[in-house]
Amino acid sequence: MKVKVTVMPKANVLDPQGVATKEAMLHMGLADAGTVRIGKIIEFEVQKADEPALRRICNDLLSNPVIEDYHLEIGK
Amino acid sequence: MKFAVIRFPGSNCDEDCVHALRALPNVTAELVWHKEEDLSAYDGIVLPGGFSYGDYLRCGAIARFSPVMQAVKKAADEGRIVIGICNGFQILCESRLLPGALVRNRGLHFICESTYVRVETNYTIFTNQGLTGSVLNIPIAHGEGCYMADEETLRDLNVHRQILLRYCDKEGIASEAANPNGSLQNIAGIRNRAGNVFGLMPHPERASEARLGSQDGNVIFRSVLEWHRRHSPLHS
Repeated sequence: MKVKVTVMPKANVLDPQGVATKEAMLHMGLADAGTVRIGKIIEFEVQKADEPALRRICNDLLSNPVIEDYHLEIGK
Repeated sequence: MKFAVIRFPGSNCDEDCVHALRALPNVTAELVWHKEEDLSAYDGIVLPGGFSYGDYLRCGAIARFSPVMQAVKKAADEGRIVIGICNGFQILCESRLLPGALVRNRGLHFICESTYVRVETNYTIFTNQGLTGSVLNIPIAHGEGCYMADEETLRDLNVHRQILLRYCDKEGIASEAANPNGSLQNIAGIRNRAGNVFGLMPHPERASEARLGSQDGNVIFRSVLEWHRRHSPLHS
């Protein structure tokens, strides 16, 4: 079973990578580029979907709840 | 006083910390591999700078699960002294031994330069050999040193005098211009509520002898030694 975890910086956390990337977009002519946020996607396989166990992994390892939010997708 | 300097895969300031500590009187300092599970023999533990586990996932995120970190947590709970420098500070935050988090510098660049930090309070284990308001010249070297925390945490840090160092200019003004990385409230170093765990982004070991350009980092180490001396059973 496939698990996909999307991790994004929280809205109130400064994302300098996003700011720099937006600058480059503007330079490339995308004049209406809005806020850019950069996160990451982590994919892995498990035999069975134990959601509480997966959420613990998401909270304790894959994301840092102080600065990031995550979205967990199981079995897609 | 007996120190353990923890070596994680990717630590690179471990030898420097041992060198700086051994130069001080009545100190022993040993490198301890991150697989060690017992730190009960040590009075103080230093988590040095570097790039533990290649900074994969997030800085300090994987080191948090090294076997030694259970022992570090135990030592912290017992009131023994724990200092995290740079990557060590990131590991302490990831381990929740200190509040908040360290994220990418505001300007995206890795910054390696001399900085000034102001001692916010000297009534602590880590700053008692300095004066409140005094300015220390200690270098930084990091890409992810921008301190972040929510409003409530920041308020608590201020109320409980947990902010020990703030980036400032030469005169001690903690201005926006003197903030190298975008840290909230110019925060460069904090302690836990109990007062025995300290994390800082500047490298005191790189300011520990005259030929390095500054000896101000020794204020931190000497404070710890003085506190330990005062609290050792032989001292009356």
